Amino acid sequence: MNYLGILAASTPALEGDGVYNYGLIVVLMMTGMYLIFSKSNMVKSIIGLNLFQVSVIMFYVSMGRVDHGTAPILYTQDQHAEGHAFERVSASEELVMVAITEDQGKDKKKPKEDRHEAEIKHEGNVYSNPLPHVLMLTAIVVGVATTALALALVVRINEYYGTIEEDELEEKESTI
Amino acid sequence: MINVITLFLFFLLVGVAFAIGRMRSLFAAVMLSGMFSLLSACLFVVMDAVDVAFTEAAVGAGVSTVLMMLVLNLTTDKESSPIEPKVFPLVVALVTGGVLLYATQDMPHFGDPNAYIHTSATANHYIHNSYGESHIPNLVTTVLASYRGYDTLGETCVVFTAAVAVMMLLGRPKREHEVSRKKREAILQVGSKMLIPYILLFALYVQFHGDFGPGGGFQAGVIFSAAYILYSLVNSVRETEKAAPREVIEKLIPMGVLLYAGVGVWCLLKGGLFLEYNALDPDHPAHGQHLGILLVELGVGITVFSSMLMIFYNFALRGRP
Repeated sequence: MNYLGILAASTPALEGDGVYNYGLIVVLMMTGMYLIFSKSNMVKSIIGLNLFQVSVIMFYVSMGRVDHGTAPILYTQDQHAEGHAFERVSASEELVMVAITEDQGKDKKKPKEDRHEAEIKHEGNVYSNPLPHVLMLTAIVVGVATTALALALVVRINEYYGTIEEDELEEKESTI
Repeated sequence: MINVITLFLFFLLVGVAFAIGRMRSLFAAVMLSGMFSLLSACLFVVMDAVDVAFTEAAVGAGVSTVLMMLVLNLTTDKESSPIEPKVFPLVVALVTGGVLLYATQDMPHFGDPNAYIHTSATANHYIHNSYGESHIPNLVTTVLASYRGYDTLGETCVVFTAAVAVMMLLGRPKREHEVSRKKREAILQVGSKMLIPYILLFALYVQFHGDFGPGGGFQAGVIFSAAYILYSLVNSVRETEKAAPREVIEKLIPMGVLLYAGVGVWCLLKGGLFLEYNALDPDHPAHGQHLGILLVELGVGITVFSSMLMIFYNFALRGRP
């Protein structure tokens, strides 16, 4: 059970739809970018790079979210061996899966508002989009591998030049 | 729809990100970046991305924080550059941010079920047909290991390459040396001794239950290595090396990639395409999918585990210059 998700769904929603999430993600992203550009300390720059990476991941994941949705792990009632056991209810609600049973078959004819009510009552389960999750999951692990490589380079630079500050490094390099 | 918890977590994240920029002490900045990862993992759970949250919590808050700590131990934990904001980077960040904010006005609303990403044929195929084709309820695992198997093979190779590169950069220290601990912390030792078996067990659960719940090879590998890293932090790397000798870990890194690619070759020998698991069991294609996904995830888990542990060893045993 996704308890945190349920808790989030049960708290009152603020007025209106919107793209606030993208705005806040852009703020995080730019903080990361500022750290990369402004800090001459290399460890700080790598932390900035990580902030930037997490914001990009968050951007993708927030695109994959669906209202009243749940994690993309199928409930037992949605686990049908045949792919065609699910039917698209309407073009606007393609992610809603409704098993074709005799009584539920009537629901398809209802107008959109009624379907929306039914959706909230969990007659058909709504799942978030799994594709961004997959892409980002692998990106995180690749991210830590590349971070480790960057940190290894920092260690070697420190051994050779005795500093991890870029401006001091440039001074030392010009004197050599 | 945007709700209070999502907004709260977002504002906490923004606060932590600004605090990282202000910190003079690198130690504090690294700890805050671990916190940033943990908070973002909470946000991923709220946004229904449980597998991503799992990975972020294990990787961001766990392994990468430990690696950064080790680097601070080898270099310095004070930032010597001035703190006052630099004008040019600030202008660049503000202008780019402004352009991006302007561009996000065209994005579909947060959680909108009619967004193109949800109505496209790809996403719908995954959601509607994947159970019929592979009998695995966790859609993320199916897409990761089966539909996008090539992609994941490539990413496993990236982890392998990074581990090899770190070994080349740090592998042969001039003199091996370890920070000697004057006094061993009894509470930490006893506490970690009780935790470690359960962490290992949990990692195995995550590995083999990844088909039915959140988890899989990437997360399991990181958690498995986290148990060894915890033991090394509390006791010593030398003692950990007795349990997980370097020579063995070194050989496990390519083994995982070979197992993954080997499953692909096995499919070829069975008459299918590369990584077409249906060919493994022609009578029951879904069984073939099950077997293929299990083996491939095992390969990923082995490579990620051994790479993370090897990277840790190399950082931990590097002496100060």
